[in-house]
Amino acid sequence: MTIPISDHSLSLKSIEEINTLSGESVKVCMQCATCTGMCPMAEEMDFSPRKVMHFVQFGLMEKLMDINTYWKCASCHACSVQCPRGIDIAKVMEALRQKVLRKSKNYIEPSQMSKEAIAEMPQIALVAGFRKFTS
Amino acid sequence: MKISYYPGCTLKTKAKNLDIAAVASLEALGVEVEEIERWNCCGAVHSLTADDLIHQVAPVRNLIRAKEMGADKLVTLCSMCYNTLARANEMMKNDPVKRDTINRFMDEEIDYNGDIEVVHYLSFLKEEIGWEKLKSQVKVPLTDLKIGSYYGCTLQRPTEVGIEPLGHFELMNDMFTSLGAEVVEFSAAAKCCGSYQVLSSLPGENNAAAVVINTAAKEGVEALATSCPLCEYNLGKQQQQMQDKGKIEQNVPTYYFTQLLAVALGLDSQLCHFELNDKKSLALLEDKNYLVAA
Repeated sequence: MTIPISDHSLSLKSIEEINTLSGESVKVCMQCATCTGMCPMAEEMDFSPRKVMHFVQFGLMEKLMDINTYWKCASCHACSVQCPRGIDIAKVMEALRQKVLRKSKNYIEPSQMSKEAIAEMPQIALVAGFRKFTS
Repeated sequence: MKISYYPGCTLKTKAKNLDIAAVASLEALGVEVEEIERWNCCGAVHSLTADDLIHQVAPVRNLIRAKEMGADKLVTLCSMCYNTLARANEMMKNDPVKRDTINRFMDEEIDYNGDIEVVHYLSFLKEEIGWEKLKSQVKVPLTDLKIGSYYGCTLQRPTEVGIEPLGHFELMNDMFTSLGAEVVEFSAAAKCCGSYQVLSSLPGENNAAAVVINTAAKEGVEALATSCPLCEYNLGKQQQQMQDKGKIEQNVPTYYFTQLLAVALGLDSQLCHFELNDKKSLALLEDKNYLVAA
């Protein structure tokens, strides 16, 4: 996979923003892919957690805004507890979600959900899901 | 003995089967359960962004409610509530800047500094009741039940709030051994069930949940036990649909651990509200002849 890097695609400011939002330092990632190996949702992601960490290290925000990885993250922390560099990767995924949500863009629309699903699902599913997927 | 108890939203409605069986079991074991007053939703998930303090207000408020009642411990049961309350508590204990901001924001409340201990029901059972006493109270041993203790994510991760270290499932395993069941350790006990991703996937197409069920079945688990209403929804209530869509090979009845605790203590099975579980869950317990009606 080749991703062209140019002044247009690379945003140094966004690296700082992700670090500030997550409270982590993405530069310490050494690309070992333990996170991808631990992730229960990796198969459903168009880019693995390791690749996303790499994109973040290069500040490729335009690319990052267009992928599903952090929307498929279940915040299960399987990656975070095993990262040999001690990065809480779940927090980096949350920072990426928040970058989108804070522009008032929703990943799912509650009004589009079926009444049956809402009636059946436990409250914690709805509260957790709306907090992760809506602004 | 009296304890302060935080049930959480789901346990009062769709997961009554988790709550009522839990409270009745503790009462049968001689514990007086006092629900904290004016509790509110814990927020379900811990805020992971460093600048988001407003979502910490809900769990902290519950901890303040417990403190107002003079408690030093707050016992809770739902895995997600436990995780959210325990993490907010850690933050209030260890981060003086955030603690000060939250205390000043909630100026109508007493100041809080993280001095309540958030305790999961399983830890409480071990520390305050003890497995020997529990064993002596068993009326209906769960003989021949090959049970898999399913912890999922939020009982163990992140490690600073885990009820026991990663890869250890002794609390629930020892409880089931005390109840006479045969514990089957299986390799998906701490794998995520898909959690809130159920909102973004089609019914019965949650692959993460299917992995847990298939792994459990393959490794000899006859029934699964959980302490989380979202895990129970993904693994239990969605099971028929997963089977219809060919995602899982065989059915593995799924229970709240408190339902099986109440059954083993010989409590009226009506208290366990098995009608809220998948239909096959009740059938297995009837086949095993465990159920007692008042």
